[in-house]
Amino acid sequence: MEKRVVFDGKLLPYALLLPQLIITLVFFYWPAAQAVRQSFLIEDAFGTSSQFVWFENYAHLFTNPDYYRSMLTTAVFSILVTVFSLSLSLLLAVQADKQIKAAGAYKTFLMWPYAVAPAVAGVLWLFMFQPSLGLVSQAIRSLGFDWNPTLNGNHALSLVVMAATWKQISYNFLFFLAGLQSIPKSVIEAAAIDGARPARRFWTIIFPLLSPTTFFLLVVNIVYVFFDTFGIIDSVTGGGPAQATTTLVYKVFSDGRLGGDLGGSAAQSVVLMILVIGMTAIQFRYIERKVQY
Amino acid sequence: MSEVVLDQVRKVYAGNVEAVRGVDITVPSGAFCVLVGPSGCGKSTLLRMIAGLETITSGDCRIAGGRVNELEPAERDIAMVFQNYALYPHMSVYDNMAYGLRNRRTPKDEIDARVKEAARILEITPFLERKPRQLSGGQRQRVAMGRAIVRKPKVFLFDEPLSNLDAKLRIQMRVEIKKLQRALGVTSVYVTHDQLEAMTLADTLVVMNKGLVEQAGAPLDLYEKPASTFVASFIGAPPMNLIPVEAAEAGPKVTGLTGGKGLPVPAGGAILGIRPEHLVVTTDALPEGAVGLSFPVTAVEAVGAETFVYGPLGGSGQDIIARLPGKALLEPGTPVSVAATRDHLHLFDKDSGKRIGA
Repeated sequence: MEKRVVFDGKLLPYALLLPQLIITLVFFYWPAAQAVRQSFLIEDAFGTSSQFVWFENYAHLFTNPDYYRSMLTTAVFSILVTVFSLSLSLLLAVQADKQIKAAGAYKTFLMWPYAVAPAVAGVLWLFMFQPSLGLVSQAIRSLGFDWNPTLNGNHALSLVVMAATWKQISYNFLFFLAGLQSIPKSVIEAAAIDGARPARRFWTIIFPLLSPTTFFLLVVNIVYVFFDTFGIIDSVTGGGPAQATTTLVYKVFSDGRLGGDLGGSAAQSVVLMILVIGMTAIQFRYIERKVQY
Repeated sequence: MSEVVLDQVRKVYAGNVEAVRGVDITVPSGAFCVLVGPSGCGKSTLLRMIAGLETITSGDCRIAGGRVNELEPAERDIAMVFQNYALYPHMSVYDNMAYGLRNRRTPKDEIDARVKEAARILEITPFLERKPRQLSGGQRQRVAMGRAIVRKPKVFLFDEPLSNLDAKLRIQMRVEIKKLQRALGVTSVYVTHDQLEAMTLADTLVVMNKGLVEQAGAPLDLYEKPASTFVASFIGAPPMNLIPVEAAEAGPKVTGLTGGKGLPVPAGGAILGIRPEHLVVTTDALPEGAVGLSFPVTAVEAVGAETFVYGPLGGSGQDIIARLPGKALLEPGTPVSVAATRDHLHLFDKDSGKRIGA
């Protein structure tokens, strides 16, 4: 028996889908198509004329050692941020899931960073770690360590990794906490009676049952580090020193907006888009199989 | 020997909520003890305290002679079957049963032998490689049982294990649990709110109410000599008729009631209890000490083997249920007279509800 409500007419379904379709078209497909078109063009210095050059922008891109350096930076940055933000937030969620006093306040405080705008978060970290004024910097320096993210590329990279991780922990924490709370309590109790100590209980019962959440967060976090960390990098280091923190998305901005190379920057964004689509596809294809639903 | 002893066990939750208020229970080695009572009576809390899933506020819990209050659940050598089975959803049936043995570093070939033996007993061998979600409710129940028996624990704990099954399967599993427990001879504590399940499974039946033991003993003793109106109405279905009566020279007095001469009703009145199945239709003179009730029939429920007859005592008083054998030919609206003999009458205190006399 047909239980669903069926509407007559062919117009209504399209009308209902239209707002979503318009948003997707205007804000995703149109800019994406523009980027693809732009990547085949070279503009003159004043932006008054453009010339169709086929794949010259791409050829130029892949012969530029700076681009490979940026790719390496992005790889290091994204792996560090994803690993740190996932593991730290899981640890925090596991602690919050225990019956502790003032658990509500604890959770609220953990969620706050998510409400802070990326640029503001960046400025916060910048102030704390600023070599001459920052409170944390002073503490580090007093320990005899020559901390200087404005001159040392590794210091700068670790600073943006910390800021980006801190920003993402809240989001991951919320999902991990919800995931933990959806595991039936009696299953954990059964494992306790079955003689599994807390650590073993976590790795053999809780972690496998959390795998759908972990997988979802992995995909979301990788997209986050690839795109949404722009604001943090821009406000903390501006891609420097000496391009040590120029990730792919930041390079798109700096080459296109600051360097005025619209064609080259468009080619970069097309490559970045293909990269992220490819990675997401791989994640769904290979990792999802290992997920326990 | 694996006797379970509870000695003045109390449980107070935060905010001074007293869930269990000093309970003494002794379950002899190999016996099947059923805790029964309405929801919120503390029976599940008590079971979880034996398991070690709840802390004991005061009093002692002893298993096989040793005090276990401070021991972790894993160290108490118990196995528990949960209401929702609590199977590990990401593990196969085999791994579900082997998990507890692996945690205890049992040799691999022994694990294999024990799991296969348990699967054979419970007839789940064909499903060993399946995941719990691919099983029916009854099969999951068996896996949960299997997980308990492979461990060969000192005590089995059951927390309403049959309440998620349909009525037919519940009866079948009830019989199997009893058979299994007899065969294995493992001391068992079983929690249920179903009085029929309690009566049929128990060697020792413990009726609980508001965190206290109302009465404990053999199921038939509780049926025949309920210690209070609470036990009287909880054990037996339909529940015992409880009629408030006044004291008079000739015995109990209330409209619609006759006879009962010599019944020791206290001066202030009492509650007279008569089970529905002990009422028989009669038109003859009442024998010595027997009580007659007459009421107009308001409803008749014929279920084949027996008939339930309902009506208000004396036309306006308390509703009476009589359970008559076979198909009683009664029509709603007609008056009926029923009687119960002296040995089927129970007297309870009007205020405390406690049993008066033997």
